[in-house]
Amino acid sequence: MTAATETLNPIQGGHADEAHGHDDHGHHASTGWRRWVYATNHKDIGTLYLWFAFTMFIVGGLMALGIRAELFTPGLQFWQPEFFNQLTTLHGIIMVFGAIMPAFTGLANWMLPLMLGAPDMAFARMNNWSFWLLPPSALLLVISLFVPGGAAAGGWTLYPPLSLQFGMGMDLAIFSVHLLGLSSIMGSINIVVTVLNMRAPGMTLMRMPMFAWTSLVTAYLLIAVAPVLAGAVTMLLTDRHFGTHFFKAVGGGDPVLFQHIFWFFGHPEVYIMALPAFGIVSQIIPAFARKPLFGYHSMVYATASIAILSFMVWAHHMFSVGMPATAQLFFMFMTMLIAVPTGVKVFNWIATMWQGSMSFETPMLFAVGFVCLFTVGGFSGLVLSIAPVDTQMHDTYYVVAHFHYVLVAGALFSLFGAVYYWLPKWTGYMYSERMGKFHFWWSMIWFNVTFFPMHFLGLAGMPRRIPDYPLQFTDFNTLASVGAFCFGLGQLIFLYNVIHTIRGGVGKAPANPWEGSHTLEWEVPSPAPHHTWETPPAREVVEKGLKEQLL
Amino acid sequence: MNVENGVHDPHYFVPAPSRWPIVGSSGLFCLALGAAFAMNSVSAGKWLLLAGAAIIIWMLFGWFGDVIRESTHGQYGKQVDYSFRWGMSWFIFSEVMFFGAFFGALFYMRVITVPELGFDSTTHDLLWSGFKEAWPVATGPKVDAYHAMAPWGLPAINTALLLTSGVTLTWAHWGLVENQRGHLKIGLALTLLLGATFLGLQAYEYHHAWTEMQLTLASGAYGATFYMLTGFHGMHVLVGAIMLATMLGRVLRGHFDKEHHFAFEAAAWYWHFVDVVWLILFVFVYCI
Ligand code: HEM
Ligand SMILES: [Cu+2]
Repeated sequence: MTAATETLNPIQGGHADEAHGHDDHGHHASTGWRRWVYATNHKDIGTLYLWFAFTMFIVGGLMALGIRAELFTPGLQFWQPEFFNQLTTLHGIIMVFGAIMPAFTGLANWMLPLMLGAPDMAFARMNNWSFWLLPPSALLLVISLFVPGGAAAGGWTLYPPLSLQFGMGMDLAIFSVHLLGLSSIMGSINIVVTVLNMRAPGMTLMRMPMFAWTSLVTAYLLIAVAPVLAGAVTMLLTDRHFGTHFFKAVGGGDPVLFQHIFWFFGHPEVYIMALPAFGIVSQIIPAFARKPLFGYHSMVYATASIAILSFMVWAHHMFSVGMPATAQLFFMFMTMLIAVPTGVKVFNWIATMWQGSMSFETPMLFAVGFVCLFTVGGFSGLVLSIAPVDTQMHDTYYVVAHFHYVLVAGALFSLFGAVYYWLPKWTGYMYSERMGKFHFWWSMIWFNVTFFPMHFLGLAGMPRRIPDYPLQFTDFNTLASVGAFCFGLGQLIFLYNVIHTIRGGVGKAPANPWEGSHTLEWEVPSPAPHHTWETPPAREVVEKGLKEQLL
Repeated sequence: MNVENGVHDPHYFVPAPSRWPIVGSSGLFCLALGAAFAMNSVSAGKWLLLAGAAIIIWMLFGWFGDVIRESTHGQYGKQVDYSFRWGMSWFIFSEVMFFGAFFGALFYMRVITVPELGFDSTTHDLLWSGFKEAWPVATGPKVDAYHAMAPWGLPAINTALLLTSGVTLTWAHWGLVENQRGHLKIGLALTLLLGATFLGLQAYEYHHAWTEMQLTLASGAYGATFYMLTGFHGMHVLVGAIMLATMLGRVLRGHFDKEHHFAFEAAAWYWHFVDVVWLILFVFVYCI
């Protein structure tokens, strides 16, 4: 708890306080539903994104529980195989595009203007559109469950020839992906321009918070690959309805072509879900180790290298499809190369903690948990990058284990950490540390119970995307299902804790509740007023924080 | 990167709450649902499509109307101008990547799939032993005969038209910065005329190809890439032309001066981008 920040607030705090009352731009603040539907305020839009993402997390989570319930014992108990496949497909699409990505965009919306000293996002009105394209896309996916033939059931990767065969559900999924892509592109342009153009005086590129760097690079990746995905699904659509032969050999096309285009999007996409997590963890760990981030510059270069390399590894998803040996070798070695910058990051986080004066509040627990488990996911990724090994493991539960270590224990844990870290700033109240810690340990344990056994299942040869399995896989599957239900239950504690905090939590939060945080968002009062940094922060305020971060 | 150069608006313009984005989302939702219905012969489909299109047009008028009003009232400072420039550049980059997907498909089919299907491999021998690799005609084991589009007729004329339009547009821009409004108007009008002629010829070419050359979307790898690339390009020309027409309308109302005319420049950037795409397309789709 620093008192220093309180004394600093007058530099801009007075301004921010009164901004709530009077009106600079001559427009009256909307109230009621209009406040949310017509919103141009980055904080309101950030809040919308975060709640939408949480809702989708619950929806996608229920689908995952549907999958795990079916897999609790061998044989078919709850669903027909067709519906099981729809569950897997929708779970994947909803978690990726509905939960994880919007959550990161929501955080960027809330935090970037505050951290950079900007009055809002660069394009406040377009920002609203980026968000409000998401609910219609989600609605299209939900509608697709009820049309003849049901929802798309070919996996979130939408591979042809399967995806050329389904009914209207597939078309709805395609259009949903179009809208999601549009939302991503607009949201990303907004982030890039905000970071490039709206920083406070003195905050040069090489001195801005790591979270701003990772958001910038992520947004760049998304602008580059979201249109490629749009192209891929458009070709699916014309193959389905307009007679083209992009993915049909009878006309000179090739289903493998789709895989190439899809994964040219898909691999950068996994970094789109990982890089912002790296940024969050790079904010949290220094704060609770009470030390500046170790190797800031190498972190920036590592982020950029990962982004560049991520365009050159896509075919590691296709080792078992059939490729010339040279191509296999190329993609295998390029993939392994990504481990280098990623390793730089992990070592930097550890070095930041080294000899730090650490305390383990909930955000830090999630950040440390992230470092440990993301590394496990990274290692299993390295195993899969070995082409001859992947030919055995492709499409087995080993892959499911791998990507849930990086997506759940990686992306999702970092998001939980971020929410606990910034909740005092958002709500003005402190969350319950007891409940937060419980949420962490509960998630940590049941996550591993759910997903660790999947490594063994995969190694033993259990395929993914399958509603039934031979008897010898029973024990581990049962264990995983129990773990999944417990994990899911634990998220209700998180929800309760957040609502409890909004309603007053365990007391008022000071402007900066954390001793080791020195970025600009902690210079404004808690809760952050509706309008902040309407004029850029004074140079001294910026410099003071940067000095604490050794930048 | 103007932070390094100390450019800060005293009050960066943040727009008031606006209804247009949600109107746009509703329009796109109707379009998406309508298209899915229409493609699966659900009769509500075309009405939804129509409603969606109407809503989108309403949104475009409303939203850009607001932007123009804000701009002419001098609410956009220097820093906002930078934001627009960055924003438009990144938008064009996303468009480049969109075309990249289709060019990628074209290269992959020409270099890998078509030769492989025609090469004596097991696949070829067992499945398509009669098939000979050929480009641009009958590219695919089960494709009906068609004629390919020759580059040196209409397509070459179209290339000349688009290139000239790039020149007239730049000339119009000179008129704008030298404050010669007549010159600006003529340049813009000429550009539009050239763009419209291009679209007309392109429509004629499609009609001719479809009805007389049996070249359709179903004409194998060639037909698919031909129509998708030129089709998306044509749609972009249409959008660019609408943008330029809007600029002409604004010029006629006395908008823009030599300092403040980013809308014009954005439309011009877009037009040049569409030009470059055509050139690549002319080489790889028509010529080679
Ligand atoms: C929290 C609990 C979660 C559980 C219990 C869970 C469980 C599962 C299960 C059982 C599958 C199906 C595997 C198969 O049959 O092939 C699956 C697939 C998948 N999950 Fe999760 N998941 C969870 C969270 C997430 C999150 C947060 C993401 C984030 C992106 C995610 C992304 C995916 C993807 C992309 C697939 C592949 C879908 C496909 O095969 O097309 N999951 N998950
Ligand atoms: Cu990958």
